[in-house]
Amino acid sequence: MGGGVFDEDLLAGVRDVSPLMLGVAPFALVAGIAAVDAGLGLAEAVGMSVIVFAGASQLAALELLGENAPLAVVVGTAAVINLRMLMYSASIAPHFADYGRRLRAGLAYLLTDQAYALSVAEFDENPDRSRWRYYLGAAASLWIVWQIGTVVGVVLGAGVPDAWGLTFAVPLVFLALLVPAMKDRPTTVAGVAGGAVAVVAAGLPLNLGLLVGALCGVAAGLVTEVRVS
Amino acid sequence: MSSGLGALAASPRAWVAIAVIGVITYGIRLSFIHLFGRIDGVPTRLQRPLRYVPPAVLAALVLPDLVTLGPSVTATFLDERLIAGAVAGAVAWRTENVFATIATGMGTLWVFRFVVFA
Repeated sequence: MGGGVFDEDLLAGVRDVSPLMLGVAPFALVAGIAAVDAGLGLAEAVGMSVIVFAGASQLAALELLGENAPLAVVVGTAAVINLRMLMYSASIAPHFADYGRRLRAGLAYLLTDQAYALSVAEFDENPDRSRWRYYLGAAASLWIVWQIGTVVGVVLGAGVPDAWGLTFAVPLVFLALLVPAMKDRPTTVAGVAGGAVAVVAAGLPLNLGLLVGALCGVAAGLVTEVRVS
Repeated sequence: MSSGLGALAASPRAWVAIAVIGVITYGIRLSFIHLFGRIDGVPTRLQRPLRYVPPAVLAALVLPDLVTLGPSVTATFLDERLIAGAVAGAVAWRTENVFATIATGMGTLWVFRFVVFA
């Protein structure tokens, strides 16, 4: 393996992640547009993309902030959405076990759906790869595109008339993530139940509809799993 | 909140939300990467419900933005957002492509908003 950070393994990560940018870039644009729509400025929008760096939770938090939901509901909803990364953390942890605490702390910050999925697949297929360099190549590329997309989205969002309904792109992004997430009977039931309850509960005080819908969906998935097996 | 104060108060509120969500999210990301060696993986009891978090949360995010329960069935279904969502959902299912889903969804929304229902 060559000396510097910019070696073959890092570049392989950059190369492998690039086709995914077709999905990540519009997602980042929407995060910027949604921030403007929620009444946030450029500093807050970029601050959120840097500090939180997790798209689905950012969009949900922005929607709730825009509706003046209580902070506890904003934070609770975002936290539930990001709980899935607990699975990623556990699954990728053995690959990083030999590294020092500082490096692991840095790598953890960059953990996303895409970086996780890509890296774990590559580590299985190609055990000779430098794990952290490959992961860093993919994850840092995603980070850069995410920040640039957010800035462009803020500029766009401020310039396009409301009638165009650009924020409708937010549920469309979620829809594109939802469809592949419903991959078998219990996950489909979880989605259908979660969505239906959220529609009916849309009028609940404190904007609790989303949380109530999500929890009912998880419960419905668990019940279906038990009945199927 | 008065309108003048509202603009001023929006910023600290957003920053507090960003900071707290950021700390929690980083904690989730770091959890097992940090603890590995002491804990072997996610306990099964936690693993099972976590599997259903993505579809349940995503659907709960999407559907209320597409459907508003109207006074009648027709009013509920003759909504450009629901029609655009249905078309985009079909595209998402066939292509699993975020860009194609956004493009067809927005296109359908504009056709119905500016042409069909205009």
